[in-house]
Amino acid sequence: MKNYLMTYKKDFIIIAAFAIFAATYNFYTPAFGSTVLSNFESAFFEMIAFIPLMFILIGLFEVWVPRELIERHIGTESGARGSVWVILLAMLQVGPLYGAFPVAFLLWRKGASTRNIFIYLGAFTTMKIPMLSFEIGFLGWRFSLMRTLLSLPVFIIIAVIMEKLFERDFEIYEINKGK
Amino acid sequence: MEELLFLTLIFLLLSFVFNKRKTLLGVKMGLKMFMNLLPPFVTVLIILSFVLALLPGELLEKLLGADSGITGFFIAAGLGSVALIPGFISYPLAAVLLKNGVSYPVISVFITTLMMVGIVTLPIEKNFFGWRVAIIRNVLSFIGALIIGACMALIWGLL
Repeated sequence: MKNYLMTYKKDFIIIAAFAIFAATYNFYTPAFGSTVLSNFESAFFEMIAFIPLMFILIGLFEVWVPRELIERHIGTESGARGSVWVILLAMLQVGPLYGAFPVAFLLWRKGASTRNIFIYLGAFTTMKIPMLSFEIGFLGWRFSLMRTLLSLPVFIIIAVIMEKLFERDFEIYEINKGK
Repeated sequence: MEELLFLTLIFLLLSFVFNKRKTLLGVKMGLKMFMNLLPPFVTVLIILSFVLALLPGELLEKLLGADSGITGFFIAAGLGSVALIPGFISYPLAAVLLKNGVSYPVISVFITTLMMVGIVTLPIEKNFFGWRVAIIRNVLSFIGALIIGACMALIWGLL
């Protein structure tokens, strides 16, 4: 608990300040304050019931997904087939982009092509299933499907360009490991 | 909302039938992720509530709405490239922006740059790939996000 408070110290200070504002705004800025509060309430209560359910789904997803099964195929299959495997692997991940770099390093060491490494990064950023579930929940099927379908060719083209540019001297360094 | 509740219950039940321990572990992991998201999530909502109250109602729509054109795209791409917002927070944030007049194509540019372009995390990326690769990947992703937004605007108009 203490750890939790410390990790999010900045956030809790802001939340505490906001609570004080919510309790006192009536005395100095009633009109502005009530706009702020109604903005906050409408967003907060709409989402707070929704988000824990999504995270339970993501947690179940985390324990059931057979990542090792897919990892076995990486590097051993080249070309388009290899691309499909790295996209699948990327779709099963959770987390921010910088979390993908160490995985990219491992893929590179396992012999994945330059193109497939950048396809992995592209799919990691735009097609992670836990992220898509959030996207569908908040922005709707239509938006999510369209954005994903448009992203796919874009990051594949980026990967092809990166391969053309860097194929001969491409290298990933193993720094920041274990961070 | 009801669909999500329904879906979660079904998966929970199925998972529980197959493996009790795994299910508990998954629920625990999910709730832990939720607890870790909660403080920054509330902070973002607080800041957003103030920003929305301070901005005149039509300004957001003018800058980032359906008729904002290229300017809207570049503002969204710029913000998305610099901001360091976890994905799980970016979607609720985007939903609030949509309600306040921001258009879907502009949101797609914002979200795509947020995910694919990272100016702040560039030093980390450099450690793995070197400056040249890192910078070119980010520049290409920035352009890619604008293209995705442009296609989105075209198709969204047709639907």
